[in-house]
Amino acid sequence: MIRTTLVIGLVVVGTFFLTVGTIGLLRLPNVYNRMHATSKPTTLGTASMFLAGFVHFGPGAEGLTALVGILFLFLTIPTGSHMIARAAERIGIPFVEGVTWPDPDALERPPEGTRDERAPDSGDSRRYETGANRSGEPGDAED
Amino acid sequence: MTIRGALVLTAILCVLASYRVIRGPTEPDRVIGLDAIATNVVAIAVLVALLTDRGLFITVSLVLAIIGFIATVAVAKFLTEGEVIE
Repeated sequence: MIRTTLVIGLVVVGTFFLTVGTIGLLRLPNVYNRMHATSKPTTLGTASMFLAGFVHFGPGAEGLTALVGILFLFLTIPTGSHMIARAAERIGIPFVEGVTWPDPDALERPPEGTRDERAPDSGDSRRYETGANRSGEPGDAED
Repeated sequence: MTIRGALVLTAILCVLASYRVIRGPTEPDRVIGLDAIATNVVAIAVLVALLTDRGLFITVSLVLAIIGFIATVAVAKFLTEGEVIE
């Protein structure tokens, strides 16, 4: 009885968080805001579903698998979201106006980030250029 | 009954997230939509495990979570460098 109540409560909380994350995915104005809105509520919602599975199956094999699933979600979803955001910034998608980096000098960006479509030769040449710049050209060290 | 309603609502959420996949202005928007759909599918697998009393589907949800993470990392690397495996 109390187990059924706990399972139903956790499933309701999980669907609420998944709904909030999808509303944020549909309505926020920018790539970074959408990434922010889909990473945390979907993590919480799916972790709540896994907890409902743990309560339902008990501390046996399947329950421990559900706990491992919670740990895996908390490790991987922030990693994936960070990689998507870094790829978006590396491509050159602009922020919402009024939002800047705190220290623009501390940012390593490629020489020119194209806005919507990459240059046709950007597959290899950009990476080699950034490698050459990182090793230090004589043009950029004038103190 | 509640679990069946949660299944229907999560499937509707997958359809709504596919709107962002189809009409995202940029490529990372589409990747974010696909990531949200993958996480919803993990939740759907757990709900099927609760609905049918079958613990196999929790293992299925773990496998789906691993596949979704690998796909997200691979597509992010593809957007950054233009190729996944050098």
